[in-house]
Amino acid sequence: MSKELLDKTDIDRIITRMAHEIIERNKGIVSLCLVGIQRGGVHIAKRLSSMLETIEGKSIPVGTLDIALYRDDINVRKEQPVVRRTKIDCDIDNKRVVLVDDVLYTGRSIRAAMDAIMDLGRPSAVQLAVLVDRGHRELPIKADFVGKNVPTSKDETVKVQLEEEGGEDKVVLE
Amino acid sequence: MSLRSKDLLGMKGLAPEDVELILETAAGFKDVLGRDIKKVPALRGRTAVNLFYEPSTRTRTSFELAAKRLSTDVINISTSTSSVVKGETLQDTARTVQALGADFIILRHSCSGAAHFLAKNLDASVVNAGDGTNEHPTQALLDLFTIQEKKGGIRGLEVAIVGDILHSRVAKSNIYALKTMGARIRLIGPPALVPSYMKELGVSIFSDMKTGLKGADVVMMLRIQIERQGKGFFPSTVEYFRNWGLTAKRLAQADKDSIVMHPGPMNRGVEIASDVADGPRSVIMEQVTNGLAVRMAVLYLLSGVRA
Repeated sequence: MSKELLDKTDIDRIITRMAHEIIERNKGIVSLCLVGIQRGGVHIAKRLSSMLETIEGKSIPVGTLDIALYRDDINVRKEQPVVRRTKIDCDIDNKRVVLVDDVLYTGRSIRAAMDAIMDLGRPSAVQLAVLVDRGHRELPIKADFVGKNVPTSKDETVKVQLEEEGGEDKVVLE
Repeated sequence: MSLRSKDLLGMKGLAPEDVELILETAAGFKDVLGRDIKKVPALRGRTAVNLFYEPSTRTRTSFELAAKRLSTDVINISTSTSSVVKGETLQDTARTVQALGADFIILRHSCSGAAHFLAKNLDASVVNAGDGTNEHPTQALLDLFTIQEKKGGIRGLEVAIVGDILHSRVAKSNIYALKTMGARIRLIGPPALVPSYMKELGVSIFSDMKTGLKGADVVMMLRIQIERQGKGFFPSTVEYFRNWGLTAKRLAQADKDSIVMHPGPMNRGVEIASDVADGPRSVIMEQVTNGLAVRMAVLYLLSGVRA
């Protein structure tokens, strides 16, 4: 049983809307920096940044953040999570950092991401943008920019598939 | 992703996928070491014990720092100041350390096979930090990492290992590791220190530097243990340098983009000339930095198997 939640057109529209919301909230893109969480958030952050660039006519720094070493389940997992690259080219001190992820679920990844980002510098603000919010939070965390809210049950999975990884753009509930 | 074994005892028999996993993970840790805050919470609450039965500065410090950068607590036991001098056996010392809650035991011992012996008898993860003349796997891993970083890959490279191969655990681990990753190996040194039966390892052997170094992509120098002087392996350190010391002139035989490596500590003017050791092709200091990243990766990946 799988159900398509979003197709390519939907995702394109969501990226466009979220880009506008980010500009509106931050009154432009000055001192803004997008950071995609490995791996799901990386491509979405890139898409958001090119959309922001199209709208505002200037480029915006975009980085990637690996949270493997900050996870809270590292001592209970059998397998260690793969350590991927963190690459943020701009200095994040006094920047407004927008964390970007594909799916917001328990909020634990975001907690880890916030700790990871704080070890890299002291942003003036941290905001959160997600493509899908599926509920079931286990921590007091809320996204600032949400592509789509999807009610789910805990035994379902939300699969985000993007062209950058091969295949077509879509979000499926399984 | 995790390693297949709870211990890292040697490069012999380690699958290429495991080696690649360690190298990839180390790349992530090298990023961490370039930051202002060089510490991550990954292994919070774990304990590592450095159990060193032989003197060591760089390996012990490197493991200590690697553990600390992962937020693991570290205890150093050097045998001269421990109850080992009262006659306690290796196994009893190690079991005592384990009973104190050690998750990792990092062992250096003068007996080949010491780490294997402990690994069999303990639940803790054992990391071999050098056992006799057998292996020193993390040194080989940091060498692989450095080669990969500098040359873009390992497969197909011509690697010359020069010096006292017979007594060198660094050489042995590197031979196994480089073979696994598809490099071609030449051993160069005095015949007494590079016995011909080593050909069975799938390497070529040279006693002459000029022919041995020709076209090499990597020149890996080994430390000549000065205490071996006068035991019939080679006449004197002066003589050794004259025949097998790495000078700029000899290095000119190697590929023009070749790199020079040395596991340290160096004997300048014995196995390597100072101008080469400090020269533009030397990656010796980078090896030290990379060692930290590689050891972090090893501890991190081994902790996945334990849990």
